[in-house]
Amino acid sequence: MTKQLPGVDVVLVGFGWTGAIYAEKLTDAGLDVLALERGPWRDTTKDFATTFAQDELRYYWRHGMFQEASQSTVTFRNNSAQTALPMRSWGSFLPGNGVGGSGVHWNGQTYRFLPSDFVAKSHNEERYGPLPEGMTVQDYGVTYDELEPHFDYFEKICGICGKAGNLNGDIVAGGNPFEGPRSDEYPNPPMEMTFSQDRFEAAARNVGLNPFPVPSANMSRAYVNPLGLQLAPCTYCGFCEKHGCGNYSKSSPQTTIIPALMKRSNFALRTDSEVLSIEKSADGSRTTGVTYVDTSGETFFQPAEIVVLCAYPLENTRLMLLSQIGEPYDPSTGEGVVGKNYCYQVMSGATVFFEEEYTNGFVGAGALGMAADDYNGDNFDHTGLGFIGGGYIACYTTNARPIESHPVPEGVPGWGSEWKQAVQANFLKTASVGVHGASMAHRSNYLDLDPTYTDRHGRPLLRMTFDFTLNDRRLSAHLTPVAEEIARGMGGRDVVVAERKGSYDSVPYQTTHNTGGTIMGTDPKTSVCNRYCQSWDLPNLFVAGAGLFPQNAGYNPTGTVGALAYWSVDAIINKYLGQPGPLVQP
Amino acid sequence: MKAPALISAIGGLAALMATASTAQELSSSQIERGRYLTIAGDCQACHTDIENNGLPFTGGRALGTPFGTIYSPNLTPDDETGLGRWTREEFHDALNEGIDDEGQHLYPAMPYPNYTLMSREETDAIFAYLQSLEPVHAETPENDLPFPLNIRMSVSGWKLLFFEDEEFVPDPDRSEEWNRGRFLVDGPLHCGACHSGKNLLGASQDDEYLRGGLLENWFAPNIRAGAGGGIAHWDTDDIVEFLKYGRAEHTAPMQRMGEVVSISTQHLREEDLRAVATYLKSLEDELREEEDTPDPVRLETGAGLYFDNCAACHAADQSGVPYFFAPLSSSNKVHAEDPSTAIRIILGGARAQPTDTIPSMLAMPPFSWKLSDEQIADLLTYLRGTGDRRAGPVSAAQVTEMREYLAEEEH
Repeated sequence: MTKQLPGVDVVLVGFGWTGAIYAEKLTDAGLDVLALERGPWRDTTKDFATTFAQDELRYYWRHGMFQEASQSTVTFRNNSAQTALPMRSWGSFLPGNGVGGSGVHWNGQTYRFLPSDFVAKSHNEERYGPLPEGMTVQDYGVTYDELEPHFDYFEKICGICGKAGNLNGDIVAGGNPFEGPRSDEYPNPPMEMTFSQDRFEAAARNVGLNPFPVPSANMSRAYVNPLGLQLAPCTYCGFCEKHGCGNYSKSSPQTTIIPALMKRSNFALRTDSEVLSIEKSADGSRTTGVTYVDTSGETFFQPAEIVVLCAYPLENTRLMLLSQIGEPYDPSTGEGVVGKNYCYQVMSGATVFFEEEYTNGFVGAGALGMAADDYNGDNFDHTGLGFIGGGYIACYTTNARPIESHPVPEGVPGWGSEWKQAVQANFLKTASVGVHGASMAHRSNYLDLDPTYTDRHGRPLLRMTFDFTLNDRRLSAHLTPVAEEIARGMGGRDVVVAERKGSYDSVPYQTTHNTGGTIMGTDPKTSVCNRYCQSWDLPNLFVAGAGLFPQNAGYNPTGTVGALAYWSVDAIINKYLGQPGPLVQP
Repeated sequence: MKAPALISAIGGLAALMATASTAQELSSSQIERGRYLTIAGDCQACHTDIENNGLPFTGGRALGTPFGTIYSPNLTPDDETGLGRWTREEFHDALNEGIDDEGQHLYPAMPYPNYTLMSREETDAIFAYLQSLEPVHAETPENDLPFPLNIRMSVSGWKLLFFEDEEFVPDPDRSEEWNRGRFLVDGPLHCGACHSGKNLLGASQDDEYLRGGLLENWFAPNIRAGAGGGIAHWDTDDIVEFLKYGRAEHTAPMQRMGEVVSISTQHLREEDLRAVATYLKSLEDELREEEDTPDPVRLETGAGLYFDNCAACHAADQSGVPYFFAPLSSSNKVHAEDPSTAIRIILGGARAQPTDTIPSMLAMPPFSWKLSDEQIADLLTYLRGTGDRRAGPVSAAQVTEMREYLAEEEH
């Protein structure tokens, strides 16, 4: 028996970064907003205080911050000919859970996608001719210039630390010369770099690249954001990724938005409340609210004038499929949209082992690094290369967390006393150079509902069908040698290269940058949402997050996720509320 | 000498004219004046059962005193349980003389020794504001006091000894701002209720005026800001920022003072806070006797504990992060003669008060599960023995005692 609740203006499904952004702006505009979060409340002092935030067993090994696979997981296969099996323990990616979502345990690398990334189809076709058969790359429908003010605001909310490379069209020394024009400098200066970044910078310049400090959400100094929220200087402890920050030094929904929001009487949050489906009116023309279940198993119908999907991209896609909103994507015909263009990223790199020099990798931060963008997006000529897109090449010192991190040179056994000696000899003397490669959408990579496996509520799990594409492999094969060349120029004794070859393997950790499934675009036949992140099918349903990306760029997604959320919520307030209905006529 | 007299004469005249001509306006401006004084008096804090999410001003909050537990009454104009049937005169007597509507003596947990400085116009204004609130029926629990204190007549003896019914008299040799500050500090803000030392009968001692006081095992620090005072290193702006934004260079209000800033001082006019600061800056203090340098072994142990557990936020050199994490080298809590608050914060943690301007919820986690009594004692001995001013060592027994108190409080 589903209990009927009194209606609200807006219900948000999920309360991580995008949930907090929509809630802050919509409550500020005077609307009654309710956020439903599947996981628990999370708070710095209670859940990741300095006294235990560095507990690697709890947070890394036992996945303390992540979605529990027993609560919900995905099934996986490399291609349609295989039978997908459920991921019973997370591997190559780690979806978040609870208040703050993945925004609690992220590294804090906060890039803007390139202007050309938002028009990937038209830009590349104009420059290189038609895209290859099967590549379903599309334009976003929104441009970098339109998103710029929203990138800027998100950076100010987060207090991002970096150096502008392009201020209103003027190239500025020390920053990224390839970035889109910025209206303002970063709110904070870059972090202090360490030995490894200094060596990387010199080596990258030596091969003609343009290194710049990675824009970081780890604070280089004390900062108060536009909502009056305080971010403290980072201590470079290196417990960012997979951990919450106990020092208030990493931008997260908790440190930058939630405390201001919780004071507002027109905001409410219900934790441990899992949305089961998005409900539609009898004529199917609009959503009427959501049905959710609490921990006692009781189900509720929460009516709302507007619903915004703010869960992780995989769950947003699943909810739309389960609720039968939009046409599911069919890879055999290429028709349908929900679940289309699932993308990942292609990570590779090289590790440098020094003989004498100490790199002291334990002095780190999630986004402490130098990067070069010369091989990202369309910053280089792809003529004759057989692929589009690219990736940044970076030297991060994010951690030397002792359980997780013990790089050893080639030829060392994987265990035993020789291995231990090698760990001891190299632990303080390594640096890494990584390639953060883009992933272009392909007809054969997609998400749908699994025909066999269900969750504890009996609902089908999401099925992921994905493998690296020819474009991915060529991209990685082209960029990894550049990373290796830089690594060899850093003055170490030994370099070990980790190429990305063969099929995608869902077990070893690679990156939690899963995109697509609810993509935005210009045509309802090829996208789930319009340029304002509004469902083409139900005009009072909006979707947030990286599921909107028609394909994945060679960057960490959070900066663009934040900008899209601010862009969309601005459209709700300034366009939709005055005249509720489709904001784009198909 | 002339100026204040003139001002008060004009004020009196204006009030008179208002009474005669514009009663409606007077009523609304009087309510507004009362609202402001109610905020300044922090009435809502004690008269709301904050621990149990009680409605504002409906009372029922358990106030621990050294003599037993007193429950605050309902201030809303409910006829049966609140002030619905009170008159302005009765209300004035309560604030001015500590006597309720039935002529009974009020326990001095109610700071009428401070409120008595307010004028009749001011208590009338507060009354008018409270009468404008929505009446809420809320019974006040019986006080839990031992004999003979449960007999209210016993308060009369206390009042005979320690209470003087007096109006505020401006000091003509001081500026108007200073006088306003003193009125606020000694009157509605009743700072001394916590920050002045008490005698064994719970009355503020004149010679301990704003030199710090112990209340429910919190040591409210010395807030004299003139030379030699506990916050001599704070300038006027520091004091104003602390009270207005809940963040200042030296520290943030936490727990009990956090409540005061949240409910009261952040809503006060800046010129009033500046007056408070001006007055506090005029209060000098005798220099404390220098303590001997503590045992070097304890100092070394304490320094190691500090570096491992505290330095990430408070910085290796104790300089902290101003406006975020308190610089400990100059902390008036760390270096207070009574280390209770410092012990308590290390054991139980502390939360910087979120305010309207700075809603951040910065907090220090509890260390009770992580550090032993000996370790906390060594850590504090190190901090108190190496800062800008020296304070005596802390014993493990003091920490044990506080740990037991906190465990008991939790039950």
